[in-house]
Amino acid sequence: MTIFRSHVLMCSGTGCVSSNADQILARFKEKIKEVGLEKEVQVIKTGCFGLCESGPNVLIYPEGSFYSHMSVDKVDEVVDEHLLKGRIVKKYLYKESIDKDLIKSVDEINFYKKQKRVALKNCGIIDPENINEYIAMNGYMALGKALTEMNPDEVIQLIKDSGLRGRGGGGFPTGVKWSFAARNKADQKYMICNADEGDPGAFMDRSVLEGDPHTVIEAMAIAGYAIGATKGFVYVRAEYPIAVNRLEIAINQAKEKGLLGKNIFNSGFDFDLEIRLGAGAFVCGEETSLIASIEGHRGMSRCKPPFPANQGLWTRPTIINNVETLANITQIVLNGSKWFRSFGTENSPGTKVFALGGKINNTGLVEIPMGTTLREVIYDIGGGCPNGKEFKAVQTGGPSGGCITKENIDIPIDFDTLTSIGSMMGSGGMIVMDEDNCMVDIARFFLDFTVDESCGKCTPCRDGTKKMHEILDNITSGKGINGDIEKLLDLAYTIKDSALCGLGQTAPNPVISTIRYFRDEYEAHINEKRCPAGVCKPLLSYYITDNCIGCTKCARNCPVNCISGEVKKKHVIDTNACIKCGSCITDCPVNAIIKR
Amino acid sequence: MESNFDFDTKENEFKELKDFIDSIKDKGGILIQILHKAQNIFGYLPLEVQKFISDETNIPMSEIYGVVTFYTQFSINPKGKHIIGVCLGTACYVKGSQDVLDKIVEETNTKVGQTTEDGIFTIEATRCLGCCGLAPVMTIDEDVYGKIDPNNIPKILEKYRVIGDSE
Repeated sequence: MTIFRSHVLMCSGTGCVSSNADQILARFKEKIKEVGLEKEVQVIKTGCFGLCESGPNVLIYPEGSFYSHMSVDKVDEVVDEHLLKGRIVKKYLYKESIDKDLIKSVDEINFYKKQKRVALKNCGIIDPENINEYIAMNGYMALGKALTEMNPDEVIQLIKDSGLRGRGGGGFPTGVKWSFAARNKADQKYMICNADEGDPGAFMDRSVLEGDPHTVIEAMAIAGYAIGATKGFVYVRAEYPIAVNRLEIAINQAKEKGLLGKNIFNSGFDFDLEIRLGAGAFVCGEETSLIASIEGHRGMSRCKPPFPANQGLWTRPTIINNVETLANITQIVLNGSKWFRSFGTENSPGTKVFALGGKINNTGLVEIPMGTTLREVIYDIGGGCPNGKEFKAVQTGGPSGGCITKENIDIPIDFDTLTSIGSMMGSGGMIVMDEDNCMVDIARFFLDFTVDESCGKCTPCRDGTKKMHEILDNITSGKGINGDIEKLLDLAYTIKDSALCGLGQTAPNPVISTIRYFRDEYEAHINEKRCPAGVCKPLLSYYITDNCIGCTKCARNCPVNCISGEVKKKHVIDTNACIKCGSCITDCPVNAIIKR
Repeated sequence: MESNFDFDTKENEFKELKDFIDSIKDKGGILIQILHKAQNIFGYLPLEVQKFISDETNIPMSEIYGVVTFYTQFSINPKGKHIIGVCLGTACYVKGSQDVLDKIVEETNTKVGQTTEDGIFTIEATRCLGCCGLAPVMTIDEDVYGKIDPNNIPKILEKYRVIGDSE
């Protein structure tokens, strides 16, 4: 086996691939060959590093040098200087890597310091398309241990003891769920991995599948063994082509090595795995809809009970676990439940992966122990809001969740605390909003989403959310009337109580929580016809401030000629004639035009 | 429904679809997989193709049509040469992707979900594409554009208009 002195790790998650990671990787390989280092330096394409903001990212070990914002034309210099001459190219390093002339290694960077990687253990470290690298990281050892040293009951007991709760959002104890299906006798049981990550702004599951697909496969086999299922499905969104492709490769490699298929580890246990693609329907993340979709039908939910653990896919007992939940399983089997409980809180042990997005400096993927405060995530890891703007709220749980405001920023993040303040853990999307975001508009945005995604089976969700959306639409376009807030809340609680599945029952949450924390914004829209954040276009007027230098550019470009003024003197907008197209704001060289 | 779907010139395509159907016929719940494949081959799913699938699989037309219209990825109308997808996921939305979409609609003089008269662009508002670090994001065919400024839209579209013309 060749031992390499240096390793170049190229992040090949969707974010970096979208900004030319493949070309950069190819150039690294070429250039390294040109300078004759191909026997000393290995170039590896890995899963997501997490810090998507600074992508495309490259890590060079053993130094742990973190090159950010890489491009093809920087590659030659890095190879010549760093790999050939041993001089780290400081100017291309991630900005935080240099502290008073000292170069920091990647794990000393603030973004990574507070993180604890369990589910993402191998992401960004191994080549996801090479099963040997996974095996080198103790891969498939947990499956071997479960199959050869433990009986199914012991596996379930272990997961129960660990306190692992479903990471898809519901937070149901995984071990307990498994035991429901294990109890049932049937000619066939199924194990399903829910990778239909529809929550907008969440990409944890995608990153796990792209960066470490084998951990999901291995965990599914372990779960299959525990509940007595010999057949598994991974239900993935068709919008994730890279993840689907890597998963396919991984399944084939596992089959070749006999880690999937018949008589795994000579234990007599068979397990077969198949990928099923979604086709763009958010509701299919809900268990019963997902089952309908795998069966080839419209993804419509049905009443529970019977729960899938009793009657699921083709009416057989079925367990559905989310990707991130499964990514914890192998670690628990290898290290024990005590080890797992050493992170997180009493009722929410372990870690949770969040996708940080929106108005935050370090967008990307973070994995933190449960119980970490929101402040640590937003400021220490996320680096706060960009451009010095003030943090306003963070939305967790996507269209099913709610917002958390400044006053609650010091609460610990775990399942129960988030629910108690009217939000929810959700699958892990964390969208940060600053003073420029209008909360009524955000609520309308989420309702827009649920109206579109409602499967249409039950009336509360199909018609109720539509009505709520209409009211919100009116409010944001200046047609809100007294009593709208009360009407919204009344509808919201009715839908919560009466909708058929999780989608409808949680759809009103964004409205309830924004009304709870930002009622004043709703009132400003309704009573004063004013959008405090300056987002809702019909409620805005444009004004020119004293900063105007009288360059006449706006007046010349205004499509309706509603701006007047003399050269080198302050101009004025006729707000009655203004069509609010915004072209003057774009044109103004000194940012003298404001909306309010 | 009016259709100018030309059956006779599509013999190879239908054969490819039939081979695929035959290869997975004995599995359960295959309709969505078949539809993915068919859309891949034909670009969209006209009634003629749905009818063909119905004949091959013995799944009733009503059910096939029901599934096709349920999922947003399936389309019963032909699409333009270039498909523009603007991400309206939350991360992109709070960073102004609605302005991007509005600008594209204005520039192409069409509506979301529709195809331009010259058949060059189809405009779609997509669900989260998962590269939230690049918000706001749009895709044109396989190309991903991140951190878009609406003012740059005309320039980006121009590139594809040229490609569209030369074909």
